[in-house]
Amino acid sequence: MKGNFIDNLPKVYGIYTGGFIGFIIIMAIAEQMGMTAKAIGIAFVAFTVFIYALIGWLSRTAQADAYYVAGRQVPTVFNGMATAADWMSGASFVAMAGGIYFKGYGYMALLVGWTGGYVLVASLLAPYLRKFGCYTVPDFIGTRYGGNLARFSAVVVLTVASFTYVTAQINATGTIASVALDIPFQYAVYVGLISILLCSMLGGMRGVTWTQVAQYIVLIIAYLLPVFWISNKMGAGFFPHFMLADEVARIGELEQQFGFVKNAAADLKTVPKGLAGITKAHSAVNATPWAFISLALAMMMGTASLPHVMMRYFTTPSVKAARKSVGWSLFFIFLLYSSAPMLATLSKLSLIDPNLPTGIIGKTFAEVEAIDWYQNWNQANLMFISDFNGNGTLELNEFFMGGKAVVLATPEIAGLPYVISGLVAAGGMAAAMSTADGLILAIANAISHDVYYKIIDPKAETAKRLLVARVLLVVIGFAGATIAAMEIQGILGSVIWAFDFAMSGLFFPLVLGVWWKRANRQGAVAGMLGGLIAGAWYLIWVRTGGSGFLGITQLTFGIFGSAVSLVLMVVVSLMTAEPDKATQKMVDDVRVPSGKTILGKSH
Amino acid sequence: MSNQQKHWEKTRGLLFITLAIWFVFSIGIFLFGAEMNEVTGPFGYPWTYWFTCQGSLGAFVILIFWFANRQEKIDEEFGFSEREDE
Repeated sequence: MKGNFIDNLPKVYGIYTGGFIGFIIIMAIAEQMGMTAKAIGIAFVAFTVFIYALIGWLSRTAQADAYYVAGRQVPTVFNGMATAADWMSGASFVAMAGGIYFKGYGYMALLVGWTGGYVLVASLLAPYLRKFGCYTVPDFIGTRYGGNLARFSAVVVLTVASFTYVTAQINATGTIASVALDIPFQYAVYVGLISILLCSMLGGMRGVTWTQVAQYIVLIIAYLLPVFWISNKMGAGFFPHFMLADEVARIGELEQQFGFVKNAAADLKTVPKGLAGITKAHSAVNATPWAFISLALAMMMGTASLPHVMMRYFTTPSVKAARKSVGWSLFFIFLLYSSAPMLATLSKLSLIDPNLPTGIIGKTFAEVEAIDWYQNWNQANLMFISDFNGNGTLELNEFFMGGKAVVLATPEIAGLPYVISGLVAAGGMAAAMSTADGLILAIANAISHDVYYKIIDPKAETAKRLLVARVLLVVIGFAGATIAAMEIQGILGSVIWAFDFAMSGLFFPLVLGVWWKRANRQGAVAGMLGGLIAGAWYLIWVRTGGSGFLGITQLTFGIFGSAVSLVLMVVVSLMTAEPDKATQKMVDDVRVPSGKTILGKSH
Repeated sequence: MSNQQKHWEKTRGLLFITLAIWFVFSIGIFLFGAEMNEVTGPFGYPWTYWFTCQGSLGAFVILIFWFANRQEKIDEEFGFSEREDE
């Protein structure tokens, strides 16, 4: 190929996409010729992980700016794809449609929150941080406010938020690897971890960028193909997004007909852990405005404070490109997020509508227990039925399912070939791996650049800095995997906590650093540490039986944390001396796109 | 007022407009979620349901591109846009 790599990107990824589709077709043919379901699952996961590892190896580098910010030459659209993969985690891919399936409208606050936050990223932060020319988020805090304490506080908040997040992603990688490769979860977690490290260790941000683009392509095909296929197969509509209104209305009708019967506590005890029944209306407004809005708001402010997302915009060639790139990121995220409620609708209707051949509600228990897919998923501990009222037929309140099953099992329930289930496993793996990579890199870079190089040993040579960065990457990865293997918390809960931690400590120090010249070091340190401590205190208080106030729950504790952070930051800033002339000049320079970056090309 | 101050004034104005539109689609309409869901909206979905799964999400995408274009115009007007060789 002529020309350099960047110019050839559309061609390279075009060939890659074609190759991947070719692989799906080969697998489909192999299935017809008698390849087993297990072999197909292994082939999908092994093939895609091998490709990512190959990209990681080809992107190896020994330069600081390539390792930390991919040489700042990632084009707008490709950075959008990489950010979308970085953003959409195992939670988005595997758990979100399930959440909507069970909780309906109240849960869809996450859809609004996880997209609306990008408006804040584009308008308040990304272009200015790009102009700053930093390598990491604490790099901005440390230079804007000055002093090692401010820099270190930012590293602390970043580590708490990202580490909470990353254990959930390694957990998701392990879950999928254990199902697809048929090995115990405790080992599968480390298989997942090694796959993750193969992408990031040699190439740092450069390696992660180009694998994330590849992972986005896999995950979006794996999500959209089944949604369209199922919709067409059920006769629900050729383009589900525009054509499911009748299905949504039909679910409402059936809910009225069945009613939401409350189960006795003793009956519920017999249901395996982690499984749930449908207890909330699908499309009716079933949450108070504040419950919906507070969750959306917490997720939006958290989005604008999460360092692994912010650092993706450090890799664009210009300030202008950073802004546009945020738009592209959200466009690529939109493709998946707008499909999740459609998948939930199709999945729910195909199970509960007695008029459909796949519907199980109203059938006798003997009939349901004889169905192949019910036996498979019951064995995998993701489905459960029990005749509470003893009338012999299955009622809506007697059917329980795991959240993951909506994405993982629906293709099989709808009667799609197994090759689609293999594809979905590869997609889930891609989603969890890409997010884990971004997070581990964010933590390792912050500690290696901001703590080791900027605070401990400012004279270290590039080779030594990058060695430290790589060692940290492995150490943090293994620490995350060890905690993930203990299975302390669910995937979705810990992801939401990560957003709350990030917004408690970082939202206002970042935003006011650009938009309020008067903000100074003392204020920022008070805001970061005070916000983080207040948020953590509220979480512990509510978890240990505290009643909470203003309707703020353990999922939205960031609202309290960030409010404390804002008050502390403003009050302490105003009580202490204003920043010196040089700092004020620096803020002025950040606000215009033209001219040199604040920090040098290599620093 | 210096050129740079005028540029910042306009940039801030654009920020407030952007945040106002963002507020409407992310918070404002959901204050009336229950009332709005009684009415049939685009493609036959109830209005609130449609906003949560498509409408607001799409509005955010369009809003960011619109914001990026407006900000580029402001930067050009005051001579602060980046040169290609930088």
